[in-house]
Amino acid sequence: MDIVTFAAVVLAASPPIIFAVIGETITEKAGVINLSLDGSILLTAMTAFVVALTTNNLILGCLAGMAVGAAIALIIAFASLTLKQPQVATGFVLTLLCRDLAYVLGNPYSRVPGPQVPHTPIPGLMNLPVIGPILFDQNPVVYLSLVLIVLTWAYMYKTQPGLKLQGLGEKPAATYVRGVNVNRMRYVYTAVGGALVGLGGAAFSLLVKPGWARPYGIEGTGWIALAIVIFGGWRPLRAAAGAYFFVLLQMLANTLQSALPSVPTQVFPTLPFPLMILTLVLVTLGNADWVNRLLNRLPEGVARWLRRTIKALQTSPPAALGTVWEKQ
Amino acid sequence: MRVELREIHKRFGSVHANNGITLKVTPGTIHGLLGENGAGKSTLMKILNGFIAADSGEILLDGKPVTMTSPAQAVALGVGMLYQDPLDFPALTVLDNFVLGCSPALVPDRRRARRDLRDLCSQFDFTLDPDAHVSDLSIGERQQLEIVRLLWLGARTLVLDEPTTAISAQQRDKLFVALRKLAEGGKSVIFVSHKLEEVETLCDEVTVLSRGRVTGHAQQPYSTEKLVQMMFGQDIPRVRRQVQLVTTAEPLLRLERVTVSDWRLEIRNLNLDVMPGEVIGMAGLEGSGQLLLLQACCGLRPPTSGRIWLAGKDVTGQSYHRLRAAGVAYMPAGRLEEGLIADMTLTEHLALAEYQGGFFVDWPQAAQSAARGIERYHIKGQPTSRVEELSGGNQQRTLLALLPSQLQLLLMEHPTRGLDVESAEHIWGLLLERTQQGTAIIFLSSDLDELLDRSDRILVFFGGRVSAPLNARQINVEQLGELIGGKGFGGGGADESRG
Amino acid sequence: MSRAADWGLRIAGIGAALLLVTLILAALGTSPAQAFRLIWDGAVGSPAKFAYVLTAWAPVLLCAAGLLLTFAAGLWNIGIEGQVVMGAIFVTGMLRLTQDVLPPAAALFLAALAGIVGGALWAALAGVLRLYGQVNEIFGGLGLNFIAGSLTVYLVLGPWKRAGIGSTSGTQPFPPKLWLPPILPGINVSLVEIVVGLAAIVLVCLALRGTYFGLRLKAIGKNLRSAFLLGVPTERHMLAAFALCGALAGLAGWVLVVGTSSRHQLFPLISGGYGFLGILVVLLANLNALWSIPISLFFAAISMGSLQLALQAQLDSSLGGVIQGLLVLAVLIVGGIRSRLAAASSERTARSR
Repeated sequence: MDIVTFAAVVLAASPPIIFAVIGETITEKAGVINLSLDGSILLTAMTAFVVALTTNNLILGCLAGMAVGAAIALIIAFASLTLKQPQVATGFVLTLLCRDLAYVLGNPYSRVPGPQVPHTPIPGLMNLPVIGPILFDQNPVVYLSLVLIVLTWAYMYKTQPGLKLQGLGEKPAATYVRGVNVNRMRYVYTAVGGALVGLGGAAFSLLVKPGWARPYGIEGTGWIALAIVIFGGWRPLRAAAGAYFFVLLQMLANTLQSALPSVPTQVFPTLPFPLMILTLVLVTLGNADWVNRLLNRLPEGVARWLRRTIKALQTSPPAALGTVWEKQ
Repeated sequence: MRVELREIHKRFGSVHANNGITLKVTPGTIHGLLGENGAGKSTLMKILNGFIAADSGEILLDGKPVTMTSPAQAVALGVGMLYQDPLDFPALTVLDNFVLGCSPALVPDRRRARRDLRDLCSQFDFTLDPDAHVSDLSIGERQQLEIVRLLWLGARTLVLDEPTTAISAQQRDKLFVALRKLAEGGKSVIFVSHKLEEVETLCDEVTVLSRGRVTGHAQQPYSTEKLVQMMFGQDIPRVRRQVQLVTTAEPLLRLERVTVSDWRLEIRNLNLDVMPGEVIGMAGLEGSGQLLLLQACCGLRPPTSGRIWLAGKDVTGQSYHRLRAAGVAYMPAGRLEEGLIADMTLTEHLALAEYQGGFFVDWPQAAQSAARGIERYHIKGQPTSRVEELSGGNQQRTLLALLPSQLQLLLMEHPTRGLDVESAEHIWGLLLERTQQGTAIIFLSSDLDELLDRSDRILVFFGGRVSAPLNARQINVEQLGELIGGKGFGGGGADESRG
Repeated sequence: MSRAADWGLRIAGIGAALLLVTLILAALGTSPAQAFRLIWDGAVGSPAKFAYVLTAWAPVLLCAAGLLLTFAAGLWNIGIEGQVVMGAIFVTGMLRLTQDVLPPAAALFLAALAGIVGGALWAALAGVLRLYGQVNEIFGGLGLNFIAGSLTVYLVLGPWKRAGIGSTSGTQPFPPKLWLPPILPGINVSLVEIVVGLAAIVLVCLALRGTYFGLRLKAIGKNLRSAFLLGVPTERHMLAAFALCGALAGLAGWVLVVGTSSRHQLFPLISGGYGFLGILVVLLANLNALWSIPISLFFAAISMGSLQLALQAQLDSSLGGVIQGLLVLAVLIVGGIRSRLAAASSERTARSR
């Protein structure tokens, strides 16, 4: 496989993760953790597939997935922002609950053939050298995922509401002083993020892994999406890069399999997971006290180089992530 | 803008934070609001700014009564406030901070904002790089940013809550020049501070608050003594501690050219000898370095250079727990934040504090200890009471009850804050019993009488600088008040400080 | 708030959860009554079936016992699944080494120790990542779960492959002499499993109530800074909580390999979700050790009972998980409502004073 085809394949397989990662980035940017991703993705994938199958309408399927994703997120928002219960506890329970709910409700539709997002190359653009086959010989969902990355970036960093969104997660009190209804907007962004996670689920069952089954085969991906958000430093572009990197790893694992026949094949698909966690250690290393103490002891030249590398990798969460804000 | 607050009342639980406060600010003046910590200044200003609602009282702007429902509305009405901890976004750039919340437009006009920011900055001789991240700015620069931002939004009255706590002398001068310029331009400035010297040099008028009430009003030129009296009340002569110190050859605690710092403050090359049984009081505005010294002595903040000796042994850099085992105790001021554990009972606290090794908790014995502590320290509560159910004063007594019985050195923040005079007397009686057994006490307090009455020697802190130890018998409230306000520290380097 | 209203709220929460389950079943066209009866029959329909519930109870008890310690210290040990797996891996390794040279009892005992060590090490790793690598224990633990899973797959297909069979179904099953003996012939549960599980949770309960270790863990969980200032060596205690939880999870791994009605082999997904089920149990019990005992039995019964659904009603066995999840969610939400009401009423009394 040449590199252009490979890039196109990576791009084609990435929309679910991109949607989930961008959605969670938005939610966490507003200061709320939606830990339920691993279950949300399964339940929304199932919902989207079943709705698309029964209505024979792909768009309705996507919308159904988004609605369910938003509803799950709103439960977390209600439990945490209104009832002040720990976000992590609610999110964790919902992870398991949504997964099991997906298996139960999706049982009658297991391994049933259904609709699938069609391949729609963009005439003209698809014939461009290199970028044509990568970017424009795809389907609407892939195009949408690319647009979403750019839009989210522009919204977050270029617009007034985007700045306020950043403020929500950084310092709610300061955002309130600037005239924002903190809890209401946190509800909104939690729901928006959840809807995008739901779109990610739909992109699985209507595109990347069409249909439904138990187990569906993507279990665990939601956790990885959460890890990618951290790796991405809560910034949409870097998070998207992280998502592509993860899909690339998965593809490479498949390729590696043929190169290393002595290792059992089932090991490879799981490889990206530990790798992702290792990178997490790398990006959070700069926050550890002992690392800084160690660096202070090294010769100045080496320390400066190491410090710069760690600083470049380092990510730190929105300052108020996971905290509840109340005026006084 | 003429600002008037009439008969403002505000209660937090049992605390009457603002008790019928009336304040008038003339346009074109800088009005000082002076008072010690806890006098009610911040509460009053938060009410003016719409951050909290008053229980009763009126706010008038240019003679018209207004109801402030939120800080954003206050800004719209022309009242802008700089909070003690800047309410800005360290993770964002200066320009993003500047435009955040500025207008309902979807995409802010950054080019215009950049130009306006530059113009405003040049007016006041501020130098702010629009593309720098606020996290890289000093507190002084962050204030400058807030000032130009609020002016840009149309503020005609500017409230500054303790703006000079964490900024350098140069930045303070720059701030003062800017504030005078604003007043000359017809704007009203309310300058909230507990620093006498600054209020005296800057403000045209001063209103003094103490314990939630207005205790005085003055105009230029001021009499420092009178201001101090308004702030701290009359100096009621009390019986002072009269103990003849045993001057042993060896000090209990010796600091040798100790340098200790946090992100904004540094105490440099401090020398100090503390004798067994001695009581050292630390005076100074909050955040002038007293806490750094306490933390250095108990191992919570290792000094960056210098040595610390305890009873002849070098303990520099030893951990908090090692020092605790060696008889050094630290009593924090945070009560429920650091010190007590909400949701745990008095008995549980005593079991934790009196841990002597062993595996099983002897609950009957812990309950007995709790009962003893309750009796000894007059805590209103049961051994089974959870600490968050206790009143503030009783939480304070609980902190005291948790101190180990055998101690070499006791380090305390505000030993009697929240207690009435009689209880404070009782507590100090118990503490002084300890000193007779050779325990040395170092404490910080914002109660000048407490400092003068209880200490043998007093260290005054000012912006990280430390005075030579003063004999508590030989100074009075006025002298101490002036020192705390920064008089006598001069502009020299911090290297002068020694003991 | 009155006691009656308080209990009313709790019951309403549980009722709402069950109502939702009923609605889901109705939506699927299944008679709810029939589904609940199937679960009931599947759990307690015969002594043999109840024995299965009891075998599932043991690992849940062990996991819940461990999690009570980490939760007490305010830690989210989501890595518990991996710790169960690691325990099972160590157990299998030890049994493979000793089965032919030692008497069965000794081999089983050593295997239990190995499981404890394996789980404890894996948990301590999550603790080290959290305390010294600044990696949140949730993500560190999840990563370690995945790694333990990969390791199992590798072992099953690689070094510990069954002779002649190259599938992921599992390693060579151990001979019956290495199975825990059943209480009665045909009743496939061993007294050892139940006693170990109950003993673990009772010991944890005693530790939390009566020892300095438990008291200090609680102090850490409620206020890390205050606990430190009161002289608690916080890092050491947090690591210990992780390690002990892992040890108990590892023991659960031992039960899953050698238990009477287990598969007596190492296979992928051997943890069977018991670790996560333990988290649900402890959340539902609101971190109360004694309540965790009946709740874990109840949850084990639901899990085992709902296996019947797949066999007899064309329903997915995950319905058990749905019931468990909804119950915990309802309790969380009701807990939030209760504390809000309590706060509102105490504010009223403060104002009227």
